[in-house]
Amino acid sequence: MSHKSFVWMCLLPLAAVTAAFFVLPMAHLLVTGAEGPRGLPEYLAIIADPRYRATLLNTVLLAAATTVATLIAATITGLFLQRHRFPGRAVMIAILTFPLAFPGVVIGFMIILLAGRQGTIGDVSSRLLGDKIVFAYSIYGLFLGYLYFSIPRVILTIMAAAQKLDPSLEEAARSLGASPWAVLRDVVLPALAPALVASGAIAFATAMGAFGTAFTLATNIDVLPMLIYTEFTLAGNLATSAALSVGLGVMTWLILALARTFTGNSVAAAG
Amino acid sequence: MNMMTRHGAALKIENCGKTFADGTCALARATLDIGQSETLVLLGPSGCGKTTLLRIVAGLETPDGGGRVLFDGKDLTRQPIEKRNVGMVFQSYALFPNMSVAENIGYGLKLRGLPKAERAAQVAELVALTNLGGLEDRRIDQLSGGQRQRVALARAVAIRPSVLLLDEPLTALDAALRERLRGELNDLLRKLGITAIYVTHDQAEAMELGDRIVVMRKGAIAQIGTPREIYFTPANRFVAEFVGAANIVEAPIEGGELILPGGRVPVAGPATMSRAVAMVRPETIAIADAATTGLAGIVDGVRFAGDRQRIIVRDAASLPLAVDAPNTIKVRTGERVGLSIPPDAIRLLPDEG
Ligand SMILES: Nc1ncnc2c1ncn2[C@@H]1O[C@H](COP(=O)(O)OP(=O)(O)O)[C@@H](O)[C@H]1O
Ligand SMILES: [Mg+2]
Repeated sequence: MSHKSFVWMCLLPLAAVTAAFFVLPMAHLLVTGAEGPRGLPEYLAIIADPRYRATLLNTVLLAAATTVATLIAATITGLFLQRHRFPGRAVMIAILTFPLAFPGVVIGFMIILLAGRQGTIGDVSSRLLGDKIVFAYSIYGLFLGYLYFSIPRVILTIMAAAQKLDPSLEEAARSLGASPWAVLRDVVLPALAPALVASGAIAFATAMGAFGTAFTLATNIDVLPMLIYTEFTLAGNLATSAALSVGLGVMTWLILALARTFTGNSVAAAG
Repeated sequence: MNMMTRHGAALKIENCGKTFADGTCALARATLDIGQSETLVLLGPSGCGKTTLLRIVAGLETPDGGGRVLFDGKDLTRQPIEKRNVGMVFQSYALFPNMSVAENIGYGLKLRGLPKAERAAQVAELVALTNLGGLEDRRIDQLSGGQRQRVALARAVAIRPSVLLLDEPLTALDAALRERLRGELNDLLRKLGITAIYVTHDQAEAMELGDRIVVMRKGAIAQIGTPREIYFTPANRFVAEFVGAANIVEAPIEGGELILPGGRVPVAGPATMSRAVAMVRPETIAIADAATTGLAGIVDGVRFAGDRQRIIVRDAASLPLAVDAPNTIKVRTGERVGLSIPPDAIRLLPDEG
């Protein structure tokens, strides 16, 4: 057997798995989306229908806000934890990464405990301000839940990337007169860019498609996964839910590709 | 950049030691003066505290209490590195991978708010000075080791630092390139006339580059002197053996002569000593006819090195002697040869037991 045919042989199982678990169901989904009463234009409905459009926009905005907030919070925390040794550090890392194992339902439950009708924030605010603040069942509750979900993952990625940073790069910048802020801007963040893009992409995709948290908080939050769920189980509208699913996938993929090209230059250079 | 003038600050390192948080005493308290535009080399084996001392001058480490670092008489001990105006060249070069060659060189000028046009002019000057023409827009990962070294140097001198600090800048390069760049670096340091501290474990580098050399051992200064002083009059056995090759001979002195198993050799200095520790450099010993010299031995081996040959002679002293002879002399292993050593080539060292 030649070397080449051996490689091809090894690729066969990969091709089979790819076909069985990725290509076929996806193709089925694509076809189902076009098999409704409206036919192929079902896909256009995602954009044309004002309700769908609003939901899509809502979802993208929520995911984008989650990603940005997660990256900022996790970068600051991750860098700090990587660089400082203090008593309680290990405990703090453990607490911060504890939610990693939780499913969306548990996260949703925790948000209700925090900001729900009987939640901590409501209790404290009604006592201090005489006004009960409750936001668990809205898009803000969902935002908080996604933050809770994403921050641990991103912190771990940032800490791993920060550990690999050559400390003499920062020392060189400082010797040239760089303030701490300039060091962060010109040395640390460019070096972390690949990790930021990768973990940001995961945070974004998760926030676009997560369902459990939204479902736990309320059934009437306008995000795409909820819409797909209601179209599918309540309205029995198979074609629409398939078309919306494809739309969700394409949209997420497009935005991630866009982000990657924008940051591509700095990533390539820092790599 | 003004050529051939004196630049940089005069430095004073006063009573600076360093004990790290884990209890490692990396540097015993040391006091050093470095003149304006002088190149001072810190030389010593790995782990002897060279980098630690350099980092104290840079402001990357604080000396133990009581230690002070002065630039032109001004106490900068409490100032962080970004306020000290020092140019640093790291062993790894630490070039910014997200910037081009020109951006790397101009980074310090950019931080100082220099207008773009002026910055470009100064960068161009430095590019020419360091032979980097044509590479301005390259990314760092597209450069060879020697080119990286020169970018690191250009970036450090761009800010017209008070002192240039170089930490084993040539160690990462292969031997041939190292030798060539050593020459280039030497020319550049002379041309810039800047105060510099150069850390190395390579004695050849130290000899060529240093106005003065500080030989260090286990966190302490073993000797300070010009390359010639260090080489010809080492203060102790460690310096003698670390800098260049040395024969160390332990023998009594009687009647102004060193008494060796293979004969007697006149020495300058005390007429009688029960136990002397003497150093003789291999190139100061000449091979001669055994009948004409007071000292003789048996050739134990010949190592031809091209421009010269190293002859090992046994039975002359208690340990085999290394002799560097011209490559034209012919001796065979087992042959009996005479050795002639001028009295002033024998240096008596303190007896360290
Ligand atoms: N941050 C540190 N913490 C503890 N020990 C250190 C630290 N930095 C250096 N050392 C120790 O101090 C000694 C001198 O180190 P260094 O100055 O780097 O030596 P050199 O540059 O001469 O090789 C070594 O034994 C080293 O292990
Ligand atoms: Mg070192």
